[in-house]
Amino acid sequence: MLSDQDRIFTNLYGLHDPFLRGARARGAWDGTAAILARGHDTIVEEIKASGLRGRGGAGFPTGLKWSFMPKEVGPRPHYLVVNADESEPATCKDRDIIRHDPHTLIEGSLIAAYAMRAHVAYIYIRGEFYNESVVLQRAIDEAYEAGLIGRDACGSGWNFDLYVHRGAGAYICGEETAMLNSIEGKKGMPRLKPPFPAAVGLYGCPTTVNNVESIAVTPTILRRGPAWFSALGRPRNVGTKLFCISGHVNKPCNVEEELGIPLRELIEIYAGGVRGGWDNLLAVIPGGSSVPMIPKSVCDTVLMDFDSLREVKSGLGTAAVMVMDKSTDIIKAVARLSAFYKHESCGQCTPCREGTGWMMRLMNRMVQGRAELEEIDTLEQVTRQVEGHTICALGDAAAWPIQGLIRHFRPVMEERIAQYKAAHAAAINQPNRSAAGRLAAE
Amino acid sequence: MAKVTVDGIEVEVPNGSNVLQACEAAGKEVPRFCYHERLTVAGNCRMCLVEIEKAPPKPWASCAYPVADGMVVHTDTPMVRAARRGVMEFLLINHPLDCPICDQGGECDLQDQSVGFGMDHSRYSENKRAVKDKYLGPLVKTAMTRCIHCTRCIRFSTEIAGVSDLGAVNRGENMEVGTYVEKALSSELSGNLIDLCPVGALTSKPYAFVARPWELRKTDSVDVLDAVGAAIRVDSRGTEVLRVLPRLNEDVNEEWLADKSRFAIDGLKRRRLDSCWVRRDGKLARASWPEAFAAIEAKLRGLDGSRIGAVAGNLADAESMLALKDLMAALGSANLDCRQDGAHADVARREFYTFNTSIAGIEEAHALLIIGSNPRREAPLINARIRKRWLQGRLSIATIGPAADLTYDAANIGAGPETLAALLRGRHSFAETLNAAKKPMLILGQGALARPDGAHVLAASWQLAAATGMLGPEWHGFNVLHTAAARVGALDLRFLPGPGGKGLPDMLGGGVDLLWLLGADEFDTAAIGGDTFVVYQGSHGDRGAARADVILPGAAYTEKNGTYVSTEGRVQRGALSVYPPGDAREDWKILRAFSAYADRPLPYDDIDVLRARLEQVNPVFARIDILPRFGCGDTRGPACDPDRLRGPAFTPWVANYYQTDPISRSSPTMAECTRVHTPATAQAAE
Repeated sequence: MLSDQDRIFTNLYGLHDPFLRGARARGAWDGTAAILARGHDTIVEEIKASGLRGRGGAGFPTGLKWSFMPKEVGPRPHYLVVNADESEPATCKDRDIIRHDPHTLIEGSLIAAYAMRAHVAYIYIRGEFYNESVVLQRAIDEAYEAGLIGRDACGSGWNFDLYVHRGAGAYICGEETAMLNSIEGKKGMPRLKPPFPAAVGLYGCPTTVNNVESIAVTPTILRRGPAWFSALGRPRNVGTKLFCISGHVNKPCNVEEELGIPLRELIEIYAGGVRGGWDNLLAVIPGGSSVPMIPKSVCDTVLMDFDSLREVKSGLGTAAVMVMDKSTDIIKAVARLSAFYKHESCGQCTPCREGTGWMMRLMNRMVQGRAELEEIDTLEQVTRQVEGHTICALGDAAAWPIQGLIRHFRPVMEERIAQYKAAHAAAINQPNRSAAGRLAAE
Repeated sequence: MAKVTVDGIEVEVPNGSNVLQACEAAGKEVPRFCYHERLTVAGNCRMCLVEIEKAPPKPWASCAYPVADGMVVHTDTPMVRAARRGVMEFLLINHPLDCPICDQGGECDLQDQSVGFGMDHSRYSENKRAVKDKYLGPLVKTAMTRCIHCTRCIRFSTEIAGVSDLGAVNRGENMEVGTYVEKALSSELSGNLIDLCPVGALTSKPYAFVARPWELRKTDSVDVLDAVGAAIRVDSRGTEVLRVLPRLNEDVNEEWLADKSRFAIDGLKRRRLDSCWVRRDGKLARASWPEAFAAIEAKLRGLDGSRIGAVAGNLADAESMLALKDLMAALGSANLDCRQDGAHADVARREFYTFNTSIAGIEEAHALLIIGSNPRREAPLINARIRKRWLQGRLSIATIGPAADLTYDAANIGAGPETLAALLRGRHSFAETLNAAKKPMLILGQGALARPDGAHVLAASWQLAAATGMLGPEWHGFNVLHTAAARVGALDLRFLPGPGGKGLPDMLGGGVDLLWLLGADEFDTAAIGGDTFVVYQGSHGDRGAARADVILPGAAYTEKNGTYVSTEGRVQRGALSVYPPGDAREDWKILRAFSAYADRPLPYDDIDVLRARLEQVNPVFARIDILPRFGCGDTRGPACDPDRLRGPAFTPWVANYYQTDPISRSSPTMAECTRVHTPATAQAAE
C-alpha cells in the first residue's frame, strides 16, 4: 500500500486550496528553476530513467516519447499538447487533477515543454469540463501573474506560453492526431501515421501529445528523483497511478496507488468492496471501456499494471476500474459500450465506420437473444475484421469489449438465444412463416 | 531510389513513393478506392492493405506507407486476403444492391473489386443505411446511399478545382458528403467528380439511364469547345454521341476535362442543319445540294474577287479552313478573316500568338502575370494547372483586368493598359517580382487583344516579357491564351486578309457582295450589309444561319476527321465518331464539291492529299500531338510606346462560361447551367 509520503496528488479530493497558495504549500513550484537548469536533455534522461509510462492508456514510455522530438529547433517551432480530453467512459482522473491540483499540471507543462524545447503548450480540455476549464484558466492566470510561466518562466530565462483549448465533446478528439486537427480548426479525424507528431504535428511542426497525468507527475519525479519513482510498483510498471473505481462497489472513488496493486485489494481497501461481497462479483473492466473485461476468476489474483493485465488479455488502459456484480446483464452492458463507440466513430475509415454500427446492431439483438447461435461467431469475426485495420485505435477499442464478452461469457449469450427461441417457439415454428412452409400448407 | 521487394519481385522506386506505387511498379494489382495519384492520400478506405516484413505484424495501408530501402512487401498472403475481404464486406453491408439500376454498372470499382476480393455471400441481416440524395447542380447526379465515403470528391474539389463546396458532415456511419448548404457545385471542373467517384454515388445527370458502357463505341478525339485541346474519348451509340470523357494527356489536360467540353454534347443533337437551305422571297426553303450550289454559283458569276469574302468560325478545322482559303484564292479573293472578335494578331512569328510556355511548362514558373484574361472561364484546365503550380508554393501571381476568383491568390494590380505601362517603366512593384523570378511568365488574354489598342497591348506585353527576363534561350514566358479552338490553326494558315484584302470589319456593311461564313456565329450578323449574299456553312442553326441566303449543312467536331491547333500551338487530330446528320457533310468535302461545281476544282480528292497541302502551307502541321518546347531565340518584337497605353479597362472576355459557341448554345444542359450559375443580369445582357 502506498504510504502518504509517496503520494504525488496530495489534494486529489479537493480538501485543500487548489490554487497557487495551497499548491505551494503542497510543494508545487518548489525549485522549478533549478529543475529547468538541469538542461533539456537531462530532464528527458531523468524521465526515461524513472520508467514513467504514459498514463493516457497506451502505456508508452514518456521519456522515450520526449526523446523523439528533434534535438535542435529548426525553422518550425516545437509544441507540447496536453491531452485533457478525458472522455473514456468511467475515467475521471484528469478531471480531479485539473480541478483540485491544477498547478501540478501547469508546472509539469512548463517542464515538459522546456525539455522538448517548446515555447508554447496547449491544454486541450474536454468541452464538458466547463467548470474545470475555469479553474484551470484561473490557475494559469495566477501562474502568469507570479512569473511562473510566461516571459522568463520562473526566472529560468525560458519563455513559455500556455493556452487552454476547449473541445466540443467528441470522444475521438482524445486521439492525439485528431486532437491536433481539432486544435487547428479542422474536423476531428485522426491523421495517418507515419508521419508521427514528433516530426509533423500541430500546424505541421514537431509536437508531443501527453496525457494530463503523465505531465502532472513529472515535477514530483524530478524533485524526488527518478530512483524514488522507479522503486515504486513492479519492474517495468513503476510509480503511482490514479485509479478510478466505479460501478457496483460500496464507495466509488479515485485513488492514487502503486502500480501492481492486486485488483481485489484495490477494490476492498479503497472502494469499500464489491456490493454484496467479493463473491457477488461478476466481472471487471479494469481500464476504461476500451479494454476487454476480466471475469471474477481472473479478478481474484490479477495485479493492476500494464503487463499483468496484458497477460490476461486485457489492459490497464486509463486504470478506470468498472466493477460489475452478479445483478449485471453483462450482454446489455457491452451493448451499451458498442452503442457508445458507434456514436463516437469519426466515420473516416471503413472498418470502424461500418463495423461499429454492425457490432452495435448485433449486440442489441444479442441482448434480446434474437439471434442465431452462429451469429456469435459472426460477431467475433466482425470484431477481428475491425481490430488492427483502422487508422486509429478507436476500432480496436470498439472491438475489444465484445471480444472480452465472447471470450468469458459465451455460455450466457448462448443461453439468452436459447431462452428467446423457447419463448417465441410458436412464432418461429409457424408453418406459414417461410415460403416453403406456405407451400406445404397449401 | 529505394529497392523494394514485392512478392519476390525487386523494383526500384523513387524515395518518397508509397508502397502502393512500389507494388504497381512490380506489376502487382492492389485494390483501392480512396487512393488517387493526383489527390492527397486519405488512407481511409483500408482496401489497399498489404503485409510489410519487419513492420508490426498487421496489415498496412500501402497508399499511406512510405517506402524504405530494402523493404519486403507481400500483397497476397492469407492475412492480406482476409483483411481485404473484411474491408470489402464492410463496404458492402451498407451499399445498396441496386447495380441493375445504377449508372456506374460496368465501370464500377466496387463491383469489380468485390468480384476480385470480396466474399460470395453477405452475412449482414440488419437494415441497410439510406441517405438522402443531394442536389449538386445540373451536371452531377447523386445517389448518396451508394457513397462509400472515400472522400475523393471532397479532395478533388478542394485541391484541384479549388472550391470549398464539398465536405463531410456528421460522423461515424452517419457521415454524409455534401455541400453543407444546398447549392450547385461552383466549379467548371465538376464533371470530373463523376469520373473520380469509384461507385455510383456521383453520376452524370444528363447521361442518367442513357446507356451501358459496353454498348458504346469509343473514339479518341480532341476537344474544341475551348482552345486548350484536351484529349477526349467520344462514346457513341448508333448515330448519337452519348458522352464525352477525358483521355489521359499529361501535357495538356492530365486526366481532367472541363464541364462545357463534357456536357455540351447534347447540343450536337439540337438545332442541327441537316439539309441545304436557300432563301427564296425572303424565306429560307429546303433545297438539294445542286440547288444550293447553283444559287451560290449564280451569285458568284461575274463577281469580282475583291467583292467576295470569307470568315472562319471558332470551331473550324484546319482542313476546311485551308480548303476555303484555296477556294477564295481561286475566286480571286484576299478577303479572309478568322478573328470574329477583332483580336489583334501578329503573325510575323509564331511565338507572338501561341502559348509558348506550354501548359505543362506552367509547373516550372515562378511568377505569373495575367493580362486581360480570366483563365478560369476561358480555359479551366489551364487554370487548374496554374492552381496546381500555385499549391506547390512560391508562385507570385498578379492580374491586370477585372478582379475575379481564380481559385488561387492573385493580386489584382490594375484594370487596364496603364498598369502595363507602369510595369514596363518599372514603376510597379510587381515588375521587381517578375525580374527576381527565375522563370517568370505572362498570359495575355483575348480581353486584352480584342480591342482597338490590341496591337499596343500585344507589343507592350512582349516588351515587358523581354524586359523582365521571360524570354531566354531555355525559357519562354510569353503566352497568348486563345479561346477559340480554330484560332491558332487559322493564324498558322494565315486565314487573314491577304495583300489588299479586307478584314471582317471592312467586309461588313456592304464591303463585300458575297460573304462565306464557315461556322462563323460570334459576331453581330446584323452588321452585314443588307445586299450582301451570305453563305453559311456550318453545323448549327445559330446566328450566322439566321442571316444566311444559302445554308450548307456541315459537320460538327465529332462528325469529321479534322486537325486543330490548340493555344499552345499543338497540332492534334480529332476523329469522326458518328456520321453527320441528314445531308450534312464534312466541311472540306463541301468546299471541294463546290469548287468543282464552280469549275475551279481544288487539287485534293482525299484528306491525305489535303493534309499534305496543309504541311506545304505551314510545316507545323507535320508534327502531330508533339509540341517541342523552345526557348526564345529572338527577343526583338513589335515596338511599343508606353505613352499610347491609355485605353479603357480590360473587360471580361467570357461572360458566360457555359455558352460560348453554337454547340453549347444549343445544349439544354448548358442552358440549365447558365440559369443556375449566371446572375440574372448577365443573362439579360447576353
